[in-house]
Amino acid sequence: MTGGFPWLTVTVFLPLVGAVALLAAAPLPRRRPEAGGFAGEDPWRWLALLVSIATFVVSLGILTEFRAEPGFQLVEDLDWIGPLNIRYVLGVDGISLFMVLLTTFLMPLAILASWRVDRQVPYFMASLLALETAVLGAFVALDLLLFFVFFEGLLFPMYLVIGIWGSGRRVYAAVKFFLFTMAGSALLLVAILFLAFRAESALGQVTFDLRELVGMDLPAATARWLFLAFFLAFAVKVPLFPLHTWLPDAHTEAPTAGSVILAGVLLKIGAYGLIRFNLTLFPGASEDFRGLVITLAVIGIVYGAVVALIQTDIKRLVAYSSVSHLGFVVMGIFAGTLQGMSGGVIQMVNHGLSTGALFLLVGLLYDRTHTRDLDRLGGLARRTPVLAGFFLVVALSSLGLPGLNGFVGEFLILLGTFDASRLPAVIGATGVILSAIYLLWAYQRSMHGDLPSELESTPDLSVREYAFMVPIVLAIVAIGVFPKPLLDRIEPAADRHVRLIAVDPASADAVRATGGG
Amino acid sequence: MPIRPPDLVLAPILPELVLAGVAMLILLVDAARPSRGGRAMAVVAFVGVLGAAAVVLRQWHVPAADDLTVLGGMVAVDRFALFFRLVILGCAALGVLLGAHYLERTGEGRGEYYALLLFATAGMTLLASAADLIVVFLALEVLSLSLYVLTGFSWSRLASQEASLKYFLLGAFSSAFFLYGIALAYGAAGTTSLGGIAEALSGPGQSTALALAAGGLLIVGFSFKVAAVPFHMWTPDVYQGAPSPVTAFMAAGTKVAGFAALIRVTTVALGPVSWELLPALVAVSALTMVVGSILAIAQDDVKRMLAYSSIAHAGFVLVGVAAANQEGVSGSMFYLVAYAAMILGSFAVVIVVSRTGEGRTSLRSYRGLARRNPVLGALLALFLLSLAGIPPTAGFIAKVLVFEAAVRAGLEGLVVVAVLASVVAAFFYIRLIVLAYMEDPEETERVPAEAAPGVALGVAAALTLVLGILPGLLLDPLQNAAVLRW
Repeated sequence: MTGGFPWLTVTVFLPLVGAVALLAAAPLPRRRPEAGGFAGEDPWRWLALLVSIATFVVSLGILTEFRAEPGFQLVEDLDWIGPLNIRYVLGVDGISLFMVLLTTFLMPLAILASWRVDRQVPYFMASLLALETAVLGAFVALDLLLFFVFFEGLLFPMYLVIGIWGSGRRVYAAVKFFLFTMAGSALLLVAILFLAFRAESALGQVTFDLRELVGMDLPAATARWLFLAFFLAFAVKVPLFPLHTWLPDAHTEAPTAGSVILAGVLLKIGAYGLIRFNLTLFPGASEDFRGLVITLAVIGIVYGAVVALIQTDIKRLVAYSSVSHLGFVVMGIFAGTLQGMSGGVIQMVNHGLSTGALFLLVGLLYDRTHTRDLDRLGGLARRTPVLAGFFLVVALSSLGLPGLNGFVGEFLILLGTFDASRLPAVIGATGVILSAIYLLWAYQRSMHGDLPSELESTPDLSVREYAFMVPIVLAIVAIGVFPKPLLDRIEPAADRHVRLIAVDPASADAVRATGGG
Repeated sequence: MPIRPPDLVLAPILPELVLAGVAMLILLVDAARPSRGGRAMAVVAFVGVLGAAAVVLRQWHVPAADDLTVLGGMVAVDRFALFFRLVILGCAALGVLLGAHYLERTGEGRGEYYALLLFATAGMTLLASAADLIVVFLALEVLSLSLYVLTGFSWSRLASQEASLKYFLLGAFSSAFFLYGIALAYGAAGTTSLGGIAEALSGPGQSTALALAAGGLLIVGFSFKVAAVPFHMWTPDVYQGAPSPVTAFMAAGTKVAGFAALIRVTTVALGPVSWELLPALVAVSALTMVVGSILAIAQDDVKRMLAYSSIAHAGFVLVGVAAANQEGVSGSMFYLVAYAAMILGSFAVVIVVSRTGEGRTSLRSYRGLARRNPVLGALLALFLLSLAGIPPTAGFIAKVLVFEAAVRAGLEGLVVVAVLASVVAAFFYIRLIVLAYMEDPEETERVPAEAAPGVALGVAAALTLVLGILPGLLLDPLQNAAVLRW
């Protein structure tokens, strides 16, 4: 316990307080929709928005308190379940810091984008805020069981968001999401318990504290089994090929806010878990399995991109592009070089912003045209030039155009992987080309060409829509032009992690040169 | 051997005496003025349960003398027993509440319900404190006979009658197994006292075969009571046929009491042969979890589904029992409290949704429940998530505790089976939540809130949530309640 203001606890639980307030207030009598139209639901929306903005503001406090050093900061450490020595330990390092900020940044935008959700509004907003608490908690928990609590805790709110407020086959998608994730994490619990129990003989007492478990001596075979149990849980979440099949369904059927949070943040928990737990706890096994993981990642890159090429549903296209992009992230993380790791982490942030923005745009398109079918779209650039402009910037960012955020991450990942092993980098690079094709093609098919007659009177962005598109595009440009502040903070932590499985630990200078430029 | 009469200090079984006394009072009044059933009797019964609980609490704070077993070694009043007595009395209190509501609706409000429920409760609390196999058997019979009648309490409903008969036949069968086990244990050890058996079995030159046969038969007998596979056949029919409040009380109370006795018998009396009995316990546990979870998927009646769910949960508790260490005992105890809260809560939801009698227990009736009553929908979701073991609920912590104990005992394989079974189980809990939250309701009418089940729901939900977030509240007192001495 370092004393001081509990920044992390407040950030994590503020949304939950908002969610509980919404749930408690929901049954209160209010104006019926007949009387005041949707205005009757506005207080819920504003309350949720204010809570999420407040959370973002508090999380900026974490940023100002944070110093660019390796190791965990702002640590809070309290007893939770005494007899088992399960503790309430929170802390951030350079890797989780930006995951937290990404989450708190995207949530207000997602809420703004769901202003038109008009069924059971307080419950929708409460689900989103509860989800935010679970996600933030998973990013800052340093006790393995506490992490598991948050990790499992995010299932149910997300399940509700997809299953109640989704479209089409929402129930199927929600159940698939739930069961895939639950099945993936079942063995994680066993592995965590086993690890904690082994700590008793190795460290003298049962502990679930990540900081104490690091560097514990495990027999190689045991470590491999444990690695696989952890890996399965996170690979489902990432998702890595061939465990990705829940993702297109979940993304496609989820409401806009759900897709944004799912793509922007939830998938990151998988990649984050691989770094935080797999690499840290089982460095030896990580090396053993590196070939397998990178192979799966490369298959995911190419497979996701190829399948994205043939989609006509634009939301499904973006979903498959996530499979491809997350493949890059995992490849970078397991490359074993500092560039790869830093690139992987920064690409997690970038993917959150770019894909989050893409889903916001798809939501905007759908609100206007009531279709996600690219064959039924076209020529919208003439009617909605601003929307088209945002679409182009975001698509370019997602495909990794230099000067926008996507480039920095992808470049570092490819560089880092190339240093370690050439073939995956070369094959992975085709994913960059393919992503240029499918994203620009999607842009062309929706924005250029003939305008279908029923889309003649499509309106351009409203003030509310500017309010959530402008910040995210600003962030995209800012990181693209000046990634140094991010890299400076990510690097010490990335370096610490990469040393565990490093091929070439002395490559820290190279990344500085690249990142600074 | 000269026969020494035991010194008659009845204080240790005062809670049972209170319960039985109030039950007889109810019977007498009911016989004299049969028209006065209903509410008055419910109040008397509720006060009786609270009185017994007060006595137990006093015993908790004023620990008995060094001699932990009293009445000639027949009854133990250690914290283990007191803890279980309290849990059982909690179940009984909720059973009275739910019953009062239910019977008022169906017009079956007769005094016997409360009298039988109190007798069953007395049997359960006695079972939790029994320190001699004969007392275990007596207590089992007291609780079983009362429950047979309670199951058939709705005599206008054929399913209730049928369930009662089935329960009685199979229950009698299991009693025979149990008695045979007692006989063999006496043959092996020359005594029926749990401590005496342990002493005899750990001595040199004992016939292990006889002890193992005895142990096996006793475990079979208990397995019937706690509904462990392959002795679970009666459960779905009985849980479905019995009036819902009886099902709720039975599902929670019998399992808690049965496990209390099972834990005491396996750790104390069968402690010396526990290593040999381990494979049997592990097999029963694994089978119970897997079969219970898989069969639950095929059910289209909520009460049947919950019955299979309760079977599966017996398997999870057995994981802690099989671990046979102190963590396992305290983990099982925590699990039982969590289980009692969530299963009582679930059946309370069933009662409210059914409105009168057993009208709406098919899964279809749950469509759109969250829209017809958001609070009830949320409570149902909470209980189901807890049954599925999703944090932050008591069910999750309970699973962590028993799994940790089993890992510690080297039973990783069993834990892997357990987590896979819980994934299967998640499927049907989630399906019910899908119905409640994601489907359009068949009836649009609001499900009304009800006072008595409301209290039960509130208590169960609070326990489910609080124990999930602050498990230390229960775990700390458990640390010294999970120590079994004799």
